[in-house]
Amino acid sequence: MKKFTVVFAAAVMAVSLSACGAEENAQVPETEAEVVTEAEEVEADAEADAEDADAEADADTTEESDVVVMSYDEFVAADVDTEVIVETYVQDKQGWWENEGVGMATFYTQDKDGAYFLYNMPCSQEDYDAMVPGTKIRVDGFKAEWSGEVEIIDATYEILADDTYVAEATDLTDKIADAEALADYMNQYVSFTGLTVAEREGAAFTYGWDGSKSQGDDLYINLEDADGNVYTFVVESYLRGADTDVYQAVEAFNVGDTVDITGFMYWYEGPQVHVTVATVK
Amino acid sequence: MISSLFGKRIRKAVSITVSVVCMAALLTGCHGSAGRESFNMPESFDEGTVYEIDFWAKNDTNKTQVEIYQKCVEDFEALYPNIHVNLKLYTDYSAIYNDVITNIATDTTPNVCITYPDHIATYMTGSGKIVMLDDIIDDPRYGLGGSELKFDGPAKDEIVPKFLEELELNGSLMGLPFMRSSEALYINKTYVEAMGYEIPDVPTWDWVWEVSEAALEKNPDGTYAVNGQDVMIPFIYKSTDNMLITMLRQRRGGYSDAAGSILLFNETTGSILTEIASHGQTKAFSTFKISSYPGNFMNAGQCILAVDSTAGATWMGSHAPLSDIHDTKKVEFETVVRPVPQYDVSDVQMISQGPSICIFNKDDPQEVLASWLFAQFLLTNEMQETYSETEGYVPVTLKAQNDPAYLDYLSRGGSDNGLHYGVKIDCVKMVIENTDNTFITPVFNGSASLRNAAGQMVENCVKTVRRGGTVDGEYLEQMYSDVSQMYRLTELKQDNSISRDLGPLPGTAIALLACIAAAWVCMGLYVLKDRLIKKK
Repeated sequence: MKKFTVVFAAAVMAVSLSACGAEENAQVPETEAEVVTEAEEVEADAEADAEDADAEADADTTEESDVVVMSYDEFVAADVDTEVIVETYVQDKQGWWENEGVGMATFYTQDKDGAYFLYNMPCSQEDYDAMVPGTKIRVDGFKAEWSGEVEIIDATYEILADDTYVAEATDLTDKIADAEALADYMNQYVSFTGLTVAEREGAAFTYGWDGSKSQGDDLYINLEDADGNVYTFVVESYLRGADTDVYQAVEAFNVGDTVDITGFMYWYEGPQVHVTVATVK
Repeated sequence: MISSLFGKRIRKAVSITVSVVCMAALLTGCHGSAGRESFNMPESFDEGTVYEIDFWAKNDTNKTQVEIYQKCVEDFEALYPNIHVNLKLYTDYSAIYNDVITNIATDTTPNVCITYPDHIATYMTGSGKIVMLDDIIDDPRYGLGGSELKFDGPAKDEIVPKFLEELELNGSLMGLPFMRSSEALYINKTYVEAMGYEIPDVPTWDWVWEVSEAALEKNPDGTYAVNGQDVMIPFIYKSTDNMLITMLRQRRGGYSDAAGSILLFNETTGSILTEIASHGQTKAFSTFKISSYPGNFMNAGQCILAVDSTAGATWMGSHAPLSDIHDTKKVEFETVVRPVPQYDVSDVQMISQGPSICIFNKDDPQEVLASWLFAQFLLTNEMQETYSETEGYVPVTLKAQNDPAYLDYLSRGGSDNGLHYGVKIDCVKMVIENTDNTFITPVFNGSASLRNAAGQMVENCVKTVRRGGTVDGEYLEQMYSDVSQMYRLTELKQDNSISRDLGPLPGTAIALLACIAAAWVCMGLYVLKDRLIKKK
């Protein structure tokens, strides 16, 4: 009986060890499989979203004759909350991200007459990648205004292949003190030259508007014109992150430097340029 | 161009949350295999070894709050020279949440973080990730008010009981409260009284809607009668998720329960959304997401009723210390603070919000004890009072609330427009007086998504009517379906390890248990047989 017990106990141990081993082996692939499945589901969702967007875009195309595309003047004249359809050209874009499984991004677009800010427009990663500067798109959305920034929200789009356009920056240095005049260039690609870096919270720049944020967040700078007026410019981190030339150039600013700035005429309770190029003279 | 701006909308706050949560759940929930043993309090704190603890803190984009955190760390390190606190700053709870979830998967969480209870519930997916505080707060040496602490921290009964209860999940304490706030109705008293209305102590929804509609009256030249300007949005609610949640609470409508059941889609919700939409249609009402910060419009005289957090009080009013609009746009008016609008003034209900403290478990109990000591240091009077004074926050300890220095601070409300800014201190007093009238929503894994869904429905309804659409039964049914799908509400389950159903045992585990049982039976039989033989 002792022999039987020993043998039986050894068998139990062996089974136990194999069970533990099997448990580990069984779980790892199971976990991996679940992860893959989850990833596939997300991908599938994204593809489905993209297909939906494509389908909507196709629907627009099939009824090409019914589409009434607005001119920039008509867009300006349209009331907030009305549906607007415009054809415009991508100039730049903020980072692509997902909200509850729906991919989206914010685009700076412009044609020869004016500019359109497309806020959080749903798009697939693939289309986002395809929408490089110059790409022509047709946008169907709603006109909105948020703290003075005129934009198009809840938009769908169609990539058009017929031509391209990349805007030259308009020099607005002589209009910098006239907010009303700057409003005529809202969202356009613009430039300012010969501005002086002024102190902001005791430094040449701040992370966040009051310095309460950290590297990687928006960079705020104060720039002074020849008349001593001070204006705020921003390196929007979703547009140009910490690893970009402009972000690092601004981090290297010193109070008193003379700089040239290029960017997009964003608006928040007044002009607030989103800087894309900064050069110290 | 104006010189001080805060124009970034929260865009990525909810970005990869869902997929990250799913990943975390998968990586940590394998039948407890990735779990860590519960923290047991060491006999004493080892002061001879250096401990580094990571503290992820949130501020309201407020430099003073940053400086207070930094001073707190310095003061703590002076008391405990062998503990080094690495402070990482955030200005957004969702960013902390996403980073924590990502780091749970790699076991690189911080030691201590400022967070929301909803988020802690998600961090608890997987065993042993969070230090449950039930036992350690009562430890006579290192617990709250313990004998071995090198600072004068609060005892357990000196924490506001209601705030402590908010951190209980399934009977266990998952964190400590850090600060509390609520929402307030900020009123442009000057304009409202000029319209012929008296301001009640506790405004009702009927009163708010009536005044809002009346404020849309125009002059013959097309300007608004109340302000003489081209712009007037009478009533703006900053947080539309809080709005719907609070209205449902006041009407005893369903939202969710502690088991994680989704009760949001009901007749009361439909009735409330229809009511909101009717005022969105006239443009008597708008939201932060549609228009912008309520304080910007209010300070320009373009909004007369605004609901925003009491933690945003320093942005509200003609003489607010903080402002995003140019001085030339500001108008002069008197601001008064009231509880959020109510359906029943005899049963005031207002949401309790504000940050909490969460402690993560680690392999070394001494490291966890160092974290626990620092967490308690955040509740000392100096930290509680100075942080509270930056905004309309209420200290979470009675020890701080009743401190003569703090009472003196409160008594000076309105004496200047800086530290003693009247609107801010009125907010604090209002929250303290209404502590018993505050509520929280049930916390469970997924409750953050449900909250987002509630806000999304308000935004959808208001947008729809502004664009000429109709909010009716058919619309609501479709929206419920869309929102439920978007936020994956049908998939939500209470997923905390405490109550988690781990599913059926694997076949190998069943075989193992059967073998062990058989072995014990055999051994028992052998011993019995042996004894019987010896007896003979």
